[in-house]
Amino acid sequence: MKHDLAVGQLDFLNGDEAVAFGAKLCRPQVIPVYPITPQTLVVEKIAEFVANKQMTCAYIHVESEHSAMGAAMGAAMVGARVFTATSSQGLAYMHEMLHYVSGSRFPVVMMNANRTLAAPWNIFADQRDSIAQRDTGWIQVYVENGQEALDMIIQAYAIAEDERVYTPVMVNLDGYVVTHTYELVHIPDQALVDEFLPPFRSQNAIDFAHPRSFCITAPTDWNMEFRLQQQQAMERSKQVIAEVDKKFGAKFGRYYGGLVEEYKVADAEVVLIAMGSVIGTARIVIDQWRNRGQKVGLVKLRFLRPFPQEYFQGLSGRVKAIGIIDRDISFGYEGALASEIKSALASTGKCPPVVNFIAGIAGRDITKEHIAEMLAKLFDRRAGKAEKDLQFIGLRWPNG
Amino acid sequence: MVKVKELPDREFLYGHKACPGCSLGTIGRLALKILGEKTIVALPASCMSTVTTQYPQMNYTVPSFTMAFAGTGAVLSGLSAGLKAQGITDAYVLGIAGDGGTADIGLQALSGAVERGDDFIYICYDNEAYMNTGVQRSSLTPLGASTTNSPAGPASWGESRPKKNLFEIMIAHRIPYAATASSAYPFDFMNKMAKTKIIKGPKFIQVMCPCPTGWGFPSHLTVAIGKLAVETGLWYLAEYENGKVKMNLVPKTFKPVEEYLKKQRRFRHLTEEQIKLIQEHRDQEWQMIRQRWL
Repeated sequence: MKHDLAVGQLDFLNGDEAVAFGAKLCRPQVIPVYPITPQTLVVEKIAEFVANKQMTCAYIHVESEHSAMGAAMGAAMVGARVFTATSSQGLAYMHEMLHYVSGSRFPVVMMNANRTLAAPWNIFADQRDSIAQRDTGWIQVYVENGQEALDMIIQAYAIAEDERVYTPVMVNLDGYVVTHTYELVHIPDQALVDEFLPPFRSQNAIDFAHPRSFCITAPTDWNMEFRLQQQQAMERSKQVIAEVDKKFGAKFGRYYGGLVEEYKVADAEVVLIAMGSVIGTARIVIDQWRNRGQKVGLVKLRFLRPFPQEYFQGLSGRVKAIGIIDRDISFGYEGALASEIKSALASTGKCPPVVNFIAGIAGRDITKEHIAEMLAKLFDRRAGKAEKDLQFIGLRWPNG
Repeated sequence: MVKVKELPDREFLYGHKACPGCSLGTIGRLALKILGEKTIVALPASCMSTVTTQYPQMNYTVPSFTMAFAGTGAVLSGLSAGLKAQGITDAYVLGIAGDGGTADIGLQALSGAVERGDDFIYICYDNEAYMNTGVQRSSLTPLGASTTNSPAGPASWGESRPKKNLFEIMIAHRIPYAATASSAYPFDFMNKMAKTKIIKGPKFIQVMCPCPTGWGFPSHLTVAIGKLAVETGLWYLAEYENGKVKMNLVPKTFKPVEEYLKKQRRFRHLTEEQIKLIQEHRDQEWQMIRQRWL
């Protein structure tokens, strides 16, 4: 990331506050939102902005997450720019509405604080909540830190509101690790954001002069064609995501690489792939191993949907072993990222050995030592030693 | 007062696929004639959405959409806020939902929207069961009614719990305007709809909508059945405004409940004793009405 100190204001913010500032800069007109830990600081900061006239919008105190997304849908239907935020159980509770909004092609932007799902009950980070919503038709991006969170809220509107896309975007931040960690964040100038993101004029909104039905009942002989259009919009969004990142970088000086970011992958033989806050830790370990002359690299998967299968198809022939860190698990199989990535790798006919590491569940720390342990296992695997395909890292007792 | 001559000839809802004798179309049609073309209609999963919004045949000439079963109240809040944010102040936001979609799965969202004081009109067309899914009981199914999931049999006399009082739930919110109505009394209904145009904030009307298919009566008797419900005291027409309840029609004497019950398949199994229980329940309800509101 390139930082341009001349642009915007530097402030000491946690991830939730960074999201609130990002939302404020985008001038959403309607914000229906329901509090849930660890998203609450977003809700509170925005309420403060509204109370202090720093933000002009309808802040709706909905009585549930289902209603948050319901109200978001209503407001989007009349062409308003909408923002909301949730987490975990709340995201699960609005599951039905996620389908309604994406199927109606409303460009709602939502922040999700990644938190595990009960039971056992716990408020700390893993990505099982949003990964369980993979098939709801939302674009999903996972950020590494507060700066990326702020920037991705702005980019999310540019992506969602592009006529080629018209699909909602979920910006995911690991609970506490990103949402509650303070760091220096550049808050871009409002004037520049206004240039980057002009007021939204939806082509998919209610017009009394031309009455239409929205979110219709589509019978069997029409429904599949609507689904095809959703898929095509997702496919087109890959190009839009790249364009928006480029445009954003040119204006604000920070580039994120679009669907994926490579870190020291060019000549790497062993590569780790992960999403979210663990990337920050992994970068440090990769640097340490590089200093020792080991050819290791890191792939930061940023977008789970649309999925960058083309990238992984290109990666399959370049490396000797791959480790996939999943902060989630699909019980009865493996981590979701592992399934997704292995499917792309296998489609090339030359899949390198892959080990899936399940780590950081329910806020369990993923330490530098854990990352080093994963890399060591990958080198073992590369050398032909037996390593299980699926391993839990950081358990209280040795992996059984 | 609404005058027939002053109603617009223009139809905003026509060509729907409701069952013969269903008054659902009448309720939607009359409501929209009162509200006019700058109205957005929100419909959760229900008979109304099923019979009027099948792509590509749209039966409304105003903007309309289908909403999740539980979310009518929430989407009305969003529409209202969205319109306001765009500077549109002369449009109406109308939700039309069934009894299950209102009193059961949709109650939380409706309660939230009413409590927040958002500006919308909500019609609950009450046909006293989940008709669109095949006549299953809701919390608004009346005592003794046989439905497909509360069937009468040797161990059951049908629905064993009395109808929940939704009107009083709305009053408990201190809503600006709430009313009960019936499709058998169209002028009363239209006059109430006309009030919703003037009053700011949430407005709620529960309209009894007799269902030939689910209740089991010949399709030409819809209005007669609707009138009998009021004449036997098993339904009443009332409105709540400025903190007071007004009873719009109080029969001097009630017709025997049998006259209403015997005409419907759903009550055909009832014994004299059970009918007596229904009558006693009616009398208790009216005792409460007389004590508080008359």
